Amino acid sequence: MRIFRLGCALLVGFVLGCLIYGCSAPKPVRAASLKPDKDRHAAPDFSLKDANGKTVRLSDYKGKVVLLDFWATWCGPCKIEIPWFMDFERKHKDQGFSVLGVSMDDDGWDAVKPFVNEVGINYRIMIGNDSTAENYGGIEALPTTFLIDRDGKIAAVHVGLASKSEIENGIEQLLQRPANAPRGAGSVSLPAEFVGAK
Amino acid sequence: MPLAALAACLCLPSLWAQNSPPQVSADAREKLVAKRGASAQTKIAVSIPPGYHVNSNTPSEDYLIALKLTWTPGALEPGEVVFPKPQLEKYEFSDKPISVFTGDFDLIARFKTPATAPAGPGVMVGKLRYQACNSNACFPPKSVEVRLSYQIQ
Repeated sequence: MRIFRLGCALLVGFVLGCLIYGCSAPKPVRAASLKPDKDRHAAPDFSLKDANGKTVRLSDYKGKVVLLDFWATWCGPCKIEIPWFMDFERKHKDQGFSVLGVSMDDDGWDAVKPFVNEVGINYRIMIGNDSTAENYGGIEALPTTFLIDRDGKIAAVHVGLASKSEIENGIEQLLQRPANAPRGAGSVSLPAEFVGAK
Repeated sequence: MPLAALAACLCLPSLWAQNSPPQVSADAREKLVAKRGASAQTKIAVSIPPGYHVNSNTPSEDYLIALKLTWTPGALEPGEVVFPKPQLEKYEFSDKPISVFTGDFDLIARFKTPATAPAGPGVMVGKLRYQACNSNACFPPKSVEVRLSYQIQ
């Protein structure tokens, strides 16, 4: 009887532990659609160098819809998405749309430049850093893709390999809307739950 | 019913945590007893959580980061590391199967003990560098420390 009680207590403890762990564990976020306006937060500004040494700031893209892709050369799923993003850049750049790629390769341009040249990436690539990643919620998994509306607010986040049509639908919806307010991109960093990157 | 609850509990956290980096572990299975002037080997138990994989020591694509075990210089001279046969797995993001390890497996770490090595206990410290992915996302390369206790005779 005593052993039975002990067994029950252990089981209850285990179940509670699982539930507590489960509740606190990060949940995958695969935004199925755009966030409502009220739930959007300003995308943190950044200042990173592109392959030509030119500084790229998110705030330079004021009034545009931006697809911001965190990726790396060692990331297989990222390599599936990059040709899609090149396609989006070609199709939508004249409508006020830009793709920005932030590589999280530790080896920097030594690893990234050959890949960019080989694939012929037609959008701006920068080398990321820890502070930029932190500002966007930590970027634990790659690819992580943010859709930023014309007001500089994060309208959708895709963690992991997303669906091409889902991303493109989001871009098209965002392009149809004019900017509401002056862009508020600042140096603020957002908790992961606000950007939805965890 | 308790079994169902148990199964649900075991599965839920792993499902929810799928886009978080995996906690890979690497532990020496036993204390290594090494004789001076002789070779010795030990098993390192590696564990990859369910739903994740790491690239093998011989990745099938140049861009993939290989699994690698290295040792900080110590009393034992590190030798060959023997990896198990990798699995060839096809994922949503790969055109063809890629060479990976999943689940639990052992590496064999070989050492040579110099004839001049002092007798007695010690610890070799190593690093297992891995780059993990799941079926739709990848995680930055990480290293996990491996501590191997030994006794030189």
